[in-house]
Amino acid sequence: MGNEENQLRIIDYSGREFRHIGTRPVRPDGVDKVTGRANFGADFTVNGMIFGRVVRSPHAHARIKKINIDKALAVPGVKAVVTGQDFPQIDPADKAVGEVVVSYYDLSRNVIARDKVLYDGHAVAAVAATSAAIAERAAALVEVEYEVLKPVMSVADALKKNAPLLHKDLFTSGVEPKPEKPSNVAARTEFRLGDPAAAFADAEVIVEREFSTQTVHQGYIEPHACVASVANDGYVSIWCSSQGQFMVRSFTAKFCGIEESKVKVIPAEIGGGFGGKTVIYLEPLAVMLARKAGRAVKMTMTRDEVLRATGPTSGGIARAKVGARKDGTLVSGELELHYEAGAFAGSPVALGCMTGFAPYHMENVSCVGWDVVVNRPKAAAYRAPGAPVAAFAVESVLDELAQQLGMDPIELRLKNAAREGTQAPYGVKFNRIGYAETLEAAKNHPHYQIPLGPNQGRGVASGFWFNIGGSSSAEVMVNPDGTVIVVTGNPDIGGSRASMALMAAEVFGIDVAHIKPIIADTESVPFSMLTGGSRVTFATGKAVIEAAQDAVNDMKRRAAKMWDVDLAQVDWENGRAVCIESDQHKPLSMADIAAKADKTGGAISGKANINAKGAGPGFGTHICDVEVDPETGRVTVLRYTAIQDVGKAIHPSYVEGQLQGGAVQGIGWALNEEYVYDAEGRLQNTGFLDYRMPVASDLPMIDTVLVEVPNEGHPYGVRGVGETPIVPPLGAVANAVSRAIGKRVADLPLSPPRLLSIIDGK
Amino acid sequence: MAKHHVTTTINGDPTEFLCETRQTLLDCLRDELELTGSKEGCASGDCGACSVMLDGRLVCACLVLGVEADGANIETIEGVAQGEQLHPIQRHFLEEAALQCGVCTPGFIVAAKALLEKNPDPTETEARYWLAGNLCRCTGYDKIIRAVMNAAAEMRGA
Amino acid sequence: MQFATPTTVKEAVKCLAGAKGKARVLAGGTDLLVQLRAGRVDPGLIVDLKHIPELTRIKREDGGFRVGAAVSGAALGENAAFRKAWPGVLEGLELIGSTQIQSRASLGGNLCNGSPAADSVPGLIAAAATCRIAGPKGTREAKVEDIVTGPGKTTLKADELLVSFFLPKRPKRAGDAYLRLIPRTEMDIAVVGAGVSLVLDSKGVCTEARVALGAVAAKPLLVKAAAKALIGSTVDDTALDALAAACSAACKPIDDKRGTIEYRTKVAGVLARRAALIALERARAA
Repeated sequence: MGNEENQLRIIDYSGREFRHIGTRPVRPDGVDKVTGRANFGADFTVNGMIFGRVVRSPHAHARIKKINIDKALAVPGVKAVVTGQDFPQIDPADKAVGEVVVSYYDLSRNVIARDKVLYDGHAVAAVAATSAAIAERAAALVEVEYEVLKPVMSVADALKKNAPLLHKDLFTSGVEPKPEKPSNVAARTEFRLGDPAAAFADAEVIVEREFSTQTVHQGYIEPHACVASVANDGYVSIWCSSQGQFMVRSFTAKFCGIEESKVKVIPAEIGGGFGGKTVIYLEPLAVMLARKAGRAVKMTMTRDEVLRATGPTSGGIARAKVGARKDGTLVSGELELHYEAGAFAGSPVALGCMTGFAPYHMENVSCVGWDVVVNRPKAAAYRAPGAPVAAFAVESVLDELAQQLGMDPIELRLKNAAREGTQAPYGVKFNRIGYAETLEAAKNHPHYQIPLGPNQGRGVASGFWFNIGGSSSAEVMVNPDGTVIVVTGNPDIGGSRASMALMAAEVFGIDVAHIKPIIADTESVPFSMLTGGSRVTFATGKAVIEAAQDAVNDMKRRAAKMWDVDLAQVDWENGRAVCIESDQHKPLSMADIAAKADKTGGAISGKANINAKGAGPGFGTHICDVEVDPETGRVTVLRYTAIQDVGKAIHPSYVEGQLQGGAVQGIGWALNEEYVYDAEGRLQNTGFLDYRMPVASDLPMIDTVLVEVPNEGHPYGVRGVGETPIVPPLGAVANAVSRAIGKRVADLPLSPPRLLSIIDGK
Repeated sequence: MAKHHVTTTINGDPTEFLCETRQTLLDCLRDELELTGSKEGCASGDCGACSVMLDGRLVCACLVLGVEADGANIETIEGVAQGEQLHPIQRHFLEEAALQCGVCTPGFIVAAKALLEKNPDPTETEARYWLAGNLCRCTGYDKIIRAVMNAAAEMRGA
Repeated sequence: MQFATPTTVKEAVKCLAGAKGKARVLAGGTDLLVQLRAGRVDPGLIVDLKHIPELTRIKREDGGFRVGAAVSGAALGENAAFRKAWPGVLEGLELIGSTQIQSRASLGGNLCNGSPAADSVPGLIAAAATCRIAGPKGTREAKVEDIVTGPGKTTLKADELLVSFFLPKRPKRAGDAYLRLIPRTEMDIAVVGAGVSLVLDSKGVCTEARVALGAVAAKPLLVKAAAKALIGSTVDDTALDALAAACSAACKPIDDKRGTIEYRTKVAGVLARRAALIALERARAA
């Protein structure tokens, strides 16, 4: 059963010794989650609440001519109906820049359509009634008159000369001169190093190929859900699951035209997000319905709604070209990406351009990206947004290059690996990074030595993700018994409470069991950015460390008072204040200090509000073995190993879990996940039956190796780890399949029908 | 029409509720009885997040009508632990870090318990196929399978 | 929406006949509840069949088996004698959905849902299974291959009820098998399904054979030409090539989200061949 020794093998380059960090305690929220007690988005109820239901467009592209809500309103039990007309207009220039650019104007139109519907499932109205069944019946009675327009379903469709336009005011940005006519191309971006065109002349071998991938969904198991209540004084309370209660607060306030200070968001446990819950869908509808109805409104999506109308990530076309000398040295690279943004501008194509060649030390690189709107749901962030498709193209041409050169694919990567000081194509010079170390670990891993049988292939691919920092807040409160509460504002999506507790334990020097991490609502902790961008353990962790240090300093002051000594005489060791150079004062435990708190200045706490800089980039290398059934095109994943520089694993089990989960999402993307639309642009696979995410029996154990090259920007060396693991798998799987069948595969997913037609040469 | 009056046993407790014909057992558990440990992930039997035992067999509560529970014996995630005493499967899920977001976890634990009651010594492959109807998007299943296998070994006294 | 729990077949037929609005029968509910939730059906009456003994029991009859239409996959799978006699039929049934689905899904429901891709149907057709159908005028018998006429359509009348299946006595040296192609290992609807049942004589020559395909036409197909290819042979490569060719030739598939015409046509032959080899091995061991 797997290689357990390898699973636990950690290469630590830091040389630091920790007492708590790196251990594997049971997570603090664990018992609630294994007993069914934990409350997720749909588990909340409020007295007197009613139920909301969304009316969705059956058309991919249509003009809304008229909406008649009279029949719906007449249904007994219906308390409110809202349409786009009930929502305020947002200034088109109102944008936020995060991991991906968010246009509030577009997003508010994504929440509820105004003049046009732009994809199958686009919300056009919402109904609230005294029961879910009545709301559903009434929703069907909302009459929407559409002028159906021709849908634009792919990049190729969108670029056609006379393609229907999704937005008449969309002019391609990033091109000179500014286009005179609107189009479906929202933006062009370019990143360039050196002179790639000229450098290709020096290449002895050139590999170039075009690749394609399909729209895929984050596939979180918990559908979106919320309860909203509007008090008579206009104050709004929202209970919901999201990747950031502060994001929900600001977006909802904006879209509803309410002051942000009047909105309170209480975070529920979140049942998976992967980027898909970094934006909102239901909350503004629930608030407006609640306001009209004078009752709290609960809304939950069905799976069908989740797939039709919430953020998938872009399908796209990627053309990659690399030139090398015969010894394998890369001399030039080109990447051109066309990503489907969905119904509104803002695909993660720029991030694809920035990341594709980032693992490699290259002096001449050009990456050009095109952001293309199509009549599909608006793309939302999905784990390392934009990077997997770009990496798939680059890692595939590198694999082909290795084959042409007769070189081992890991050796080829090692020869060109980005290292400390490498100038990345997107502008930065890397600090100490651990990419080469992941390659060395891959080369030496037992998996890489296992002989392959007939119809089997082994693929290797690497990946890069920036990881981000940003604003985070933390407060630590020392209880009268000396235990600690750690308050942060980031939803725990995969064990971050455990990481926060461990980091606090390290600072205090006390057992992690004495630390209770909690996630507070928007009025109980200062602002924190989203749980996203692989930032929580890094940035919020840094805030927790600083807040804990603040509390330790406070306790040292209290001890000095209790002993009546100079503060400089007080040191902190293993959870206790000790008096330097004096034996007459017995060390004081946190319980001792806390018990006397009222005599030394009142309650003890620490806080930190920071904007964390210095997030360390993450690099990973994956090895995948597959077997292909040559008569049916079915692919079986035989073995899989994910190796990553994680900086410092705070709770290694949850770090391994990130690597394993990301790898498997990538395997699904590579093999069977895709949105299937009919000719009218209606989504055909709106459930888990035909949106085929990997199931337990599809997979082997996912072996992991945690390489620890500490990030200098974090006190404990932490790098973000959540996103990098989904970057290599597309390439790793495709390279394995290509080698198994002896032909290069370039179009994902590698579903049996598609792969068989490649095998059969059709 | 009038609602059905359903008399049933849930986690050993005699329980009564009222429901309409179209309400599923999952709707009844969550909305009428406030047993929200069973989750709705798909409402089509494809994700297993609402796994419960119905008269000794593992089912998706979203594919059973509430009215079918009349006279039946139902066990849900809320009945797996005995007071503060966690079931070995629950304990191993915690020790092996077999959950990330945790929303699929109740369904997995109910399904894994059903497996080990039927087959105390499953192979890894048997465990994977038995649990194929429980989707997890976070973990890649590795740690879930380890937790189930380790719980099985402990329960066998191995 | 009314709900009825008849305890006899007669009572159930009466419920169906007397229903105001459309009535739907409920066995395992694994299709019906999905359709209800999606709003694809809105019956005035649901008739739960699981309280009727004839629909929920497995009985030996004339050396064969009488299997109630609402017997779940889990229950049939626990019947060792049935597993020994008809492993291929059971394979088909057991491939439907997850463990959870198996606790509920039945042969009757799988057939009456009318899906061309129903996993248990090719095996039943290959087994020459028959159906007992009850109506207001009594019962009638029908071949399984005569039930489904197209996607979601069957020859059952609104007031008729599928009561049970009869699977005949197995002679010596008989074997059957069912294989399907799905992209994943579980949880998918068949892209192609193939069921084969055959009987050998003492010299290993195939004396009887039936071959059926799923998901390659508007309804499950009995492919007589494929059976003909096996009968009289030792199920050697030549016979298997002919079988595969006959299966591919019989396909009238469509392109949809699950597969293409070209793919289904080719893979029907591949799977039928593989299923025949498994059936052969089982017949030799029987």
